[in-house]
Amino acid sequence: MTKIEAVIQNSKLEAVKSALQEIGVEGMTVLEVRGHGRQKGHTEVYRGREYSVDLIPKTKLELVLPDAMVEKAEQAILNAARTGKIGDGKIFRSRIDEAIRIRNDERGEGAL
Amino acid sequence: MLVAVLVLLFAQALCAQSGAPAPSPSTDVTARLARLEQQAAEAKSSADNAWMLTSAALVLMMTGPGLALFYSGLVRKKNVLGTMMQSFALMAVITVLWGLFSYSLSFGSGNSFIGGFHNLFLRGVGAAPDADYAATIPAQTFMVYQLMFAIITPGLIAGAFAERMKFSAMLVFMVLWSIIVYDPMAHMVWGKGGLLNASLGGYFPTLDFAGGTVVHVTSGVSALVCALYLGKRVGYPKEAMPPHSVVLSFIGACLLWVGWFGFNAGSALAAGSLATSAFVATHFAAATAALGWAAAEWIRNGKPSVLGGISGAVAGLVAITPAAGFVKPMSALLIGLIAGVFCYYMVAKVKARFGYDDSLDAFGVHGAGGTLGALLTGIFAVSAVNPIFKDAQGNTLKSGLFEGNAHQFLNQLVGVAIAWTLAIVGTLLILKLVDVTIGLRVSEEEEVQGLDLSQHGEEGYYWEASA
Repeated sequence: MTKIEAVIQNSKLEAVKSALQEIGVEGMTVLEVRGHGRQKGHTEVYRGREYSVDLIPKTKLELVLPDAMVEKAEQAILNAARTGKIGDGKIFRSRIDEAIRIRNDERGEGAL
Repeated sequence: MLVAVLVLLFAQALCAQSGAPAPSPSTDVTARLARLEQQAAEAKSSADNAWMLTSAALVLMMTGPGLALFYSGLVRKKNVLGTMMQSFALMAVITVLWGLFSYSLSFGSGNSFIGGFHNLFLRGVGAAPDADYAATIPAQTFMVYQLMFAIITPGLIAGAFAERMKFSAMLVFMVLWSIIVYDPMAHMVWGKGGLLNASLGGYFPTLDFAGGTVVHVTSGVSALVCALYLGKRVGYPKEAMPPHSVVLSFIGACLLWVGWFGFNAGSALAAGSLATSAFVATHFAAATAALGWAAAEWIRNGKPSVLGGISGAVAGLVAITPAAGFVKPMSALLIGLIAGVFCYYMVAKVKARFGYDDSLDAFGVHGAGGTLGALLTGIFAVSAVNPIFKDAQGNTLKSGLFEGNAHQFLNQLVGVAIAWTLAIVGTLLILKLVDVTIGLRVSEEEEVQGLDLSQHGEEGYYWEASA
């Protein structure tokens, strides 16, 4: 099993979600997060005082998939989330040792 | 059906009040005329009273939720409740003081500087009008209307010591400030025999329609003294402290704008054309001030901000407060525009240059805007709007500088100087007293934790409760 974590633009969530559903991804966890990569933040001005904001709001998706689906899922995210501009985000992939369905103690890929 | 019952009840109440039996055909003309005059007076009184009670409610709405929202949106998340509580507590505390003795100290007969104890515990403040102040409404209406001003004025100061003052210290400070600074200032400008009273024979007749000196100069200047005495917030100005919710501030500012109609148009103390004039001037000044501040920002930063727009509107409302019942609409447009740009400059440039932490700009908006408005009143006031000055024969005299009464500008300067002096001396005295007895500031640890938890044991946004 493989975990895909994708940090994407907030505005791309709907597109990514439907792209993933189209290829048969059945579950995901979505988080509202803040962070920055190489992208610089922006400045905000309140009553003449400037504040630089470098933790930008982003959306993070977490998917745990059977290994066979990983390439397809990553491609779907890449296609749906890309604008070509700085700040499009990143995808991280990692191994998952075990998955357990809490309801009935089912284990492994069947629990996904 | 309900309406019919209401009308019947109302008619009964009217009869009961006037105590007049049904007219008999034999009544002579003089008696009927007298009765007619009395009924006309009663009708006017009812109309005026309806407007004044509405205005009183509007002015209370300026403090809660208006000012409470405006200020609490500007602080950090951890201080949202503490900031709201500073406004709200005054709604309760000042009310009690006002009933017990503050109304008497402000509006009772006394000397040039402060009222006496004639109206202690509201003795003699009932249904009968006090003709010196407002001849057509119950004295009790006048009392409760003025109370709402006494509530919001100290509330404005809280913007200067936001996020760092102990709640207990704030309470003691506000009680003392209300007695030592507000009551004398209100008496001097509006009270019978007050030193600055323009219509009841003051020595330096100062034009202050709705509280430019009494409310905004006193609170704004006291705010500056507080900011300087208490010192900066932990981390200021290195740490970023942006407003946690301009949304809350926006709602608050719009409520302030609406409430200000009660504040300024209500200060006509009647529902006549002077109230209309003040209403229009108030609205016009708010509009150009919002435009002025936002335009200044647009030019300097490249973007007009929402916070700039609403801050400008409040600055314009502050500046028009003393002038509202004395100036024409076109003058109001001008006063607002000047105030919007001037207060922007005070807040964005002057504060940064001197480095004081007037956290929510109580001085930059109320102190600076109030002073500006009080002086501009002396320039733009015209007798056509409000024939307030009369000679011994009852002829109307000129009001402001542009009309040809240059002397009035000097009187305005005197009024402003007295307000500044009283505010500085009084506030310093009170701060020192509270400082050496119970202490003013929360500990550094409590400040970092936030006022909500450290002072009140609650949180404005309790994230675990989302389920």
